[in-house]
Amino acid sequence: MPVKRFDKTPMPTQVAGMRAHNFLEVNEGYTEDHARFEAERCLRCQDPICVTGCPVGVPIPQFIHAVALGDMQGASRLLRSANPLASVCGRVCAQENQCEARCSLAGRFNPVAIGHLERFVADWERTQTQEAKPQITRTEKVAIIGSGPAGLVCAGELARLGYSVTIYEALHAPGGVLRYGIPEFRLPKDILDWEISLLTDLGVKIECNVIIGRTLSLDQLTTKMGYSAVFIGTGAGLPQFLGIPGENLVGVYSANEYLTRVNLMRGYSADADTPVAHGESVAIVGAGNTAMDAVRTAMRMGASKAMVIYRRSETEMSAREEEYHHAKEEGVEFHWLTNPLEIIDDGNGRVSGLRCQRMVLGEPDKSGRARPVAIPDSEFVIPVDNVVLAIGTTPNPMLTRTTAGLSTTPSGCIVADERTGSTSRSLVFAGGDAVSGAATVILAAGAGKRAASAIHETLNPG
Amino acid sequence: MSRIVETRQLTPVTKMFVLDNRLIAESAQAGQFVMLRVHKDGERIPVTIADYDREAGTITIVVQAVGATTRRVDALDVGDEILDVAGPLGSPIEIPDGGAHVVGVGGGFGAAALLCLMREIHAKGNTATAIVGARNQDLLIMTNELLGVADNVEICTDDGSAGMKGFVTQRLAQLIEGQGPGRPDRVIAIGPMAMMRAIAATTKESGIKTMVSMDPLMVDGTGMCGGCRVIVDGKSQFACIDGPVFDAQLVDFDLAMRRNKAYAEQEKAAAERLACATAEAV
Repeated sequence: MPVKRFDKTPMPTQVAGMRAHNFLEVNEGYTEDHARFEAERCLRCQDPICVTGCPVGVPIPQFIHAVALGDMQGASRLLRSANPLASVCGRVCAQENQCEARCSLAGRFNPVAIGHLERFVADWERTQTQEAKPQITRTEKVAIIGSGPAGLVCAGELARLGYSVTIYEALHAPGGVLRYGIPEFRLPKDILDWEISLLTDLGVKIECNVIIGRTLSLDQLTTKMGYSAVFIGTGAGLPQFLGIPGENLVGVYSANEYLTRVNLMRGYSADADTPVAHGESVAIVGAGNTAMDAVRTAMRMGASKAMVIYRRSETEMSAREEEYHHAKEEGVEFHWLTNPLEIIDDGNGRVSGLRCQRMVLGEPDKSGRARPVAIPDSEFVIPVDNVVLAIGTTPNPMLTRTTAGLSTTPSGCIVADERTGSTSRSLVFAGGDAVSGAATVILAAGAGKRAASAIHETLNPG
Repeated sequence: MSRIVETRQLTPVTKMFVLDNRLIAESAQAGQFVMLRVHKDGERIPVTIADYDREAGTITIVVQAVGATTRRVDALDVGDEILDVAGPLGSPIEIPDGGAHVVGVGGGFGAAALLCLMREIHAKGNTATAIVGARNQDLLIMTNELLGVADNVEICTDDGSAGMKGFVTQRLAQLIEGQGPGRPDRVIAIGPMAMMRAIAATTKESGIKTMVSMDPLMVDGTGMCGGCRVIVDGKSQFACIDGPVFDAQLVDFDLAMRRNKAYAEQEKAAAERLACATAEAV
């Protein structure tokens, strides 16, 4: 543990060699001693700019000060007042690009471990008996479509304001990407279940197996069913494919499919019926957080060789540093500047290899990142049993295709006001990945929160 | 949860279930499917909606007990609950607005899915003809029900024990030549992949618009996994949201058949495990 005050107190983790073969959580969490020591590092700036890096505006210095004083009750109340998904965000948020990036200590030293402290406080709260909860006090009903981070946060905020809230979820279990996408070793489903139970304790109703746009239409919600307002948080769950030969061979997955089979359908458990491939050698294409989740999952599903294939370099990858670091420790191989050209057929319609070419970085492209350029005559084959494509997702079109008057962009994103989430249809709001395209949990949470305020202001002005 | 309100054993391995699910009954249309899950560790499987009754608030499905999950469904009876039923999913079949002769071809337990299709075709002012086939008379299903909703029901058996001796494709070819109820303006086939491919070949020369209902493996059924991708006209389509009904002449059946066998070994092992567990329990 730390001796120098300018170092971040390290997060205790499961040993890499062990955790690479189990689905238990990698990060084990601070003890109270760790937390109070780390909290003491906060300078309690007069004008705390860390807060400006937080999409939900957590009162960071205040909650950290409470931790330093050992007032966990106070800390949790402060944290919970701003972030209804604290135990989730404390685990999966990219704090290093947000609050921690703006910490006054960040320039010369290491920033305060705001994320680890958030997680500590939320986990402490989980061990406590819950306080009496506010009741439904208003007559207006609000429908939330989708139970991912945007929907859960919007529901929580509205429930706290006294609205009667019902969440409609298409799958058999709530949580959206937190359930089907993020693996158990990064976000245990017990934690998610607990966060959701806090909402149902507030009176939020969750209707699973209901697909708005199919089972019920958006119009039915606003007319026959009497909802005063609707929030759409349907996420960006439609997987993209590369369009290279061999993509439909048996053994090629989208990251969504692979992770859903393992996470939502619990493919890691011997009791689960849903089959999933257990490749010896697995290549993941892409280098974002989803790619890290997929490659580390492949490792845990028994792969002796789990690889990330990325056409740019380490500098351009979008995965969080922590995920990358953990993946490396666990033995994941990284093939940078490697562009997949074709997935090779074993002769029976199954994957046997991935034909790639070497790349070199050129001038920046429109994303601002260096454009990878192929090196002539550099093709080679990596033998693999499975290929998982983690190259991005776009918004799910089920609702927008079946709903009249809901404006979308050419890429399928719902057009919504940045500040309020209001859409082209009156009393219909939207936020999260369905609006922004694939982004982060906390940005979705922020959008859900802003939409909840806007819904409240619209329904009960003044 | 959906309660089973009626069951009927159609053949030794095929069973019909009527489920109490008002929401799905009110929005279902021909061509759509539901995702089922029967226990907490269970997989999600797509099952075609054979029929719906908006007044009674029920949907009808037919399940063939071939794998672990379908065998678990098969073991359920009236009064039992199905843990998860989500739907209706997929796009409804596009039906001409009247005056057309639409032929539905049902092979095996796919014949059941013709029920609501025939009713919708007829209700829109078209002539609805069902061609159903099976190996023999005992394996034919839903013929009486189809007689109640279709204008014509054409029966084929491989051994000639009922209706015409021959395959559904042969009867369809005769209709295209003008025999029986006459040349179809449109053909919709629901059944085993091999049958649908044969139907596509049968209508190919005639230029009659022919649709097939694909049943690839699916995980979620809502556009999320992409596991159900089917190549149609060289482009990747998701059966769950872009289909499941596609233009028969444009579907890559070879690929679809290969992809459906992706987990054949695991499925066989799971079915054997379930059989052992059931035997022990008895």
